[in-house]
Amino acid sequence: MLENIDFALVNWSRGQFALTALFHWIFVPLTLGLSYMLAFMETMYYRTGDPEWKRITKFWMKLFGINFAIGIATGIILEFEFGTNWSNYSWFVGDIFGAPLAIEGIMAFFLESTFIAVMFFGWDKVSKRFHLTATWLAAVGASLSAVWILVANAWMQNPVGTVFNPDTVRNEMVNFWAVLFSETAVNKFLHTLTSGFVLSALFVMGVSSWFLLKKRELLFAKRSIVIASVFGLISSLVLIGTGDSSAKEIVKTQPMKFAAMEALYEGQTEAPLIAWGFLKGKDLHKNMDENSEAEFYMKIEIPAMLSILAHMDPKAYVPGIKDLVLGNEEQGIMSYPEKIERGYYAQQQLLAYKAAQKEDPNGAEFLALEAQFKDPDFVENHMRYFGYGNFYDPDPEQLKKNAFTLVPPISLTFYAFHIMVLLGGYFLMLFAVFLFLVMRNQLHNKKWLLWAAVWTIPLAFVASESGWIVAEIGRQPWVIQDLMPTMTAVTHIDTTSVIMTFGLFALVFVALFIAEVKIMVKQIKIGPKKKEDPSNV
Amino acid sequence: MFETLSHLALQQYWWLIISALGAALVLLMFVQGGQTLFATLSKNKEERSMLINIMGRKWEFTFTTLVVFGGAFFASFPLFYSTSFGGAYWAWMILLFAFIIQAVSYEYRSWPDNFLGSRTYETFLFINGMIGTFLVGVVVASFFTGSSFSINDMNQSFWQSPLRGIELLFNLHNLSLGLAIFFLARVLGLLYFINSIEGEEELSARMRKSLLRNAVPFLVFFLVFVIWLLLRDGYAVNPETGEIFMQANKYFINFIEMPVVLLLFVAGVALVKWGIFISTFKAANNGIWFSGSGVFLTVFSLLLVAGFNNTAFYPSSYDLQSSITIMNGSSSHFTLTVMSYVSLMVPFVVAYIWCTWRAINRHKMNRKELESKDSHIY
Ligand code: HDD
Ligand code: HEM
Ligand code: HEM
Repeated sequence: MLENIDFALVNWSRGQFALTALFHWIFVPLTLGLSYMLAFMETMYYRTGDPEWKRITKFWMKLFGINFAIGIATGIILEFEFGTNWSNYSWFVGDIFGAPLAIEGIMAFFLESTFIAVMFFGWDKVSKRFHLTATWLAAVGASLSAVWILVANAWMQNPVGTVFNPDTVRNEMVNFWAVLFSETAVNKFLHTLTSGFVLSALFVMGVSSWFLLKKRELLFAKRSIVIASVFGLISSLVLIGTGDSSAKEIVKTQPMKFAAMEALYEGQTEAPLIAWGFLKGKDLHKNMDENSEAEFYMKIEIPAMLSILAHMDPKAYVPGIKDLVLGNEEQGIMSYPEKIERGYYAQQQLLAYKAAQKEDPNGAEFLALEAQFKDPDFVENHMRYFGYGNFYDPDPEQLKKNAFTLVPPISLTFYAFHIMVLLGGYFLMLFAVFLFLVMRNQLHNKKWLLWAAVWTIPLAFVASESGWIVAEIGRQPWVIQDLMPTMTAVTHIDTTSVIMTFGLFALVFVALFIAEVKIMVKQIKIGPKKKEDPSNV
Repeated sequence: MFETLSHLALQQYWWLIISALGAALVLLMFVQGGQTLFATLSKNKEERSMLINIMGRKWEFTFTTLVVFGGAFFASFPLFYSTSFGGAYWAWMILLFAFIIQAVSYEYRSWPDNFLGSRTYETFLFINGMIGTFLVGVVVASFFTGSSFSINDMNQSFWQSPLRGIELLFNLHNLSLGLAIFFLARVLGLLYFINSIEGEEELSARMRKSLLRNAVPFLVFFLVFVIWLLLRDGYAVNPETGEIFMQANKYFINFIEMPVVLLLFVAGVALVKWGIFISTFKAANNGIWFSGSGVFLTVFSLLLVAGFNNTAFYPSSYDLQSSITIMNGSSSHFTLTVMSYVSLMVPFVVAYIWCTWRAINRHKMNRKELESKDSHIY
């Protein structure tokens, strides 16, 4: 069944989505975190009445506004892209997926845009108290928009709370709370939100360090660093904690992703954790078969740590990529060929259902099939593997080969994961050191440290983008885990059109990005407005 | 409370909401209309700056309404979402591009070192105003004129025109609505300017002159669209079997069979005209209130006519039976119920937007405001 797929179309569509999503994610985390820091700073102003705090708030608010605009520009594309480029997806899961997007709009986007308008235009028009409230509400609005889109994304990784309806040929929501409070959704929200906090704290810390290096705006910079390092330190701890619980949860819901994150080919007990390594070979997932072995140029391992990370037990078994594909009876792991057969059966039953319905919607054959789709046994053992059916082939050899195409890109997932984790540890230390030194008033003469903070800003973006690469590439080829492969989600359209829109997007985004960076750099160089300027008080 | 309603009742409720959002969107396109006038209305830099800042404080609401309109359509009628967006790919993509470039333009225009230059950002705003309004009109017209697609029994859709939405532009009936919306947005933009500015007699006089020049083409194109609509065959649904068939004067019949909708429509059109009339000939400043609410009512009633009274709101001219109705294109009963609870938030949202707008809009735009250092100026 794989031969009918236009892979060029699928890959360009994926590329386009990845491009827009990764671009959106450059700006969004800064919005998420900076909005709270603005709220803290303005609260200090409200409490103390010290005009210096207002100056600090207004400076960061300026940068916030520059960043916010471009986040919106990239967001609108993402929303409509589900329809334009993933049309079959939009129908197959629209019944669940549309709801969070709509709720996000109603609940979050209006809140954000209304109160951000007050933040920018309201200084001389509303009371101080109203203004402060608006700043807080804008921050809450930003977090709320993260909630809903992440619920949607989490559902794609772990589809719960829905049933398949053969009449409409789609998955329909039956339990809203299961979708909203799935373990995946909660972890994803906490981890992603705090990653935005950490990134923003690093941004504020880095920019302030630059002022210290230039011996400008010393009070402003120190106060900003205090806020950033406290906020960053706390957020880092939560970030690492929720990263850990995300990993534990992935072991259960997406074991293949987990195995790819660690490039673990063979399952083991007392599995070691690779702290860092260099993988040998190219296109590992494409050349995968039952004889493949993971090869490293070098690696640093922590014995039994992976078993502990996954199951809190050094003796615990962690399945490898080959166990998942080929199955492992001892450990009760069903093989992919078996899942493919089952999914194929489910798909054939759906075709039979449609044929019987046309034949005679009251006939015995149709009624039997109708009952089958409600039968929990069929749902649990066949429908659940629906998407695997697309990898079916009557030839068992080919079927086994197809099973190996269900392995995600290993090196990319592996490196992205390790980069993220290492940087996470580094950020935590950096915050701790900064907080310690700024409190003892020893920071301004540690030049190399200040430069390190400046250069950590791009690393924060690297870590954060890597996280999404783990999450999204690691689940390939699924767009909805086990239910819908990416290749069947795509809109039937000519590849040229997608290539053209891809090019247009790339061009526009890069231009806007350059504009954003230039404006920001210029404004940072200008710095906060002078205190003597009467309009500032 | 919503769970006890029938699936049909929920579908109708959601079509009401979609219609209201669509109507709000067209009304708020006064921002886009205004954007096409910055250069022609202003004679110097201050004037242009004032005009840009008047719209700059409102553009996000139009934008957000567009986003919410898309999301709500997805949640309530996903078959439309998957068919139209994927099908009329280029029409939507061009529309979206016009909005991407808008989102940064106000903010980036006046910063130093902004890479593309202020003029470019102003051009972006102009393009957004022109294409955004026109294409929305064209696409909405296809709710009546139909598009060429088919849907198989797995509910997968296949667009039949290789032009991917561009072909909608070759239909004169679609064009008439596109142009009507374009000029309407300019009219609304002008009315909004007139209402928001103070102490600029000469500029205001120019606006009133321009108002007439835009109102006439608007009325002509709008009348062409409406008369044609009343005369044409429409896509009707048999409520028992779900079968789609062509019915003569379907939309005219819809108006007659739903007198309340007809009343809204007539009242809407009258209000639009009244607002234009008093602003042109009586030097009134509050025309936007009349014309604005009139636009809301008119668009609202047109969308109701497209979807209610057993009509297919997204018809297929290629394969009649593939046409999408509020019955066959909607979300499940459960999802619509959940979403209906969410919709209870809407009045609350409208209320806080209203309150904050009033707080911010207390002062009209004038030269002093431009010099204020404490407020954000584009
Ligand atoms: C500043 C950014 C940042 C940093 C330092 C970390 N993460 Fe992260 N991580 C993210 C930013 C991020 C993210 C961008 O927010 C992701 C992408 C998708 C998601 O849910 O969160 C993510 C995803 C993500 C996933 C995949 C979730 C999924 O597939 O659904 C795992 C398992 C972890 N993270 C684990 C960790 C661990 C153990 C860290 C230890 C330090 C860590 N992350 C640091
Ligand atoms: C903003 C942060 C996000 C980033 C950076 C991101 C990143 C990516 C990347 C890199 C891909 C390409 C994977 C591939 O090669 O196919 C992708 C695909 C995709 N992502 Fe995400 N993603 C983000 C958020 C989301 C969210 C929140 C959703 C759902 C609501 C989502 C849904 C999808 C879909 C539908 C695809 C296309 C299908 C696929 O290729 O898997 N993404 N994303
Ligand atoms: C693929 C999935 C996504 C879609 C469809 C999407 C959609 C959108 C849209 C349409 C906007 C503009 C809203 C406006 O008009 O004000 C936006 C902005 C925003 N989105 Fe996304 N988004 C996605 C991913 C994410 C993720 C993963 C997060 C956070 C975790 C996020 C957080 C935000 C925030 C905070 C804003 C407003 C601030 C800004 O513009 O920077 N989004 N998004």
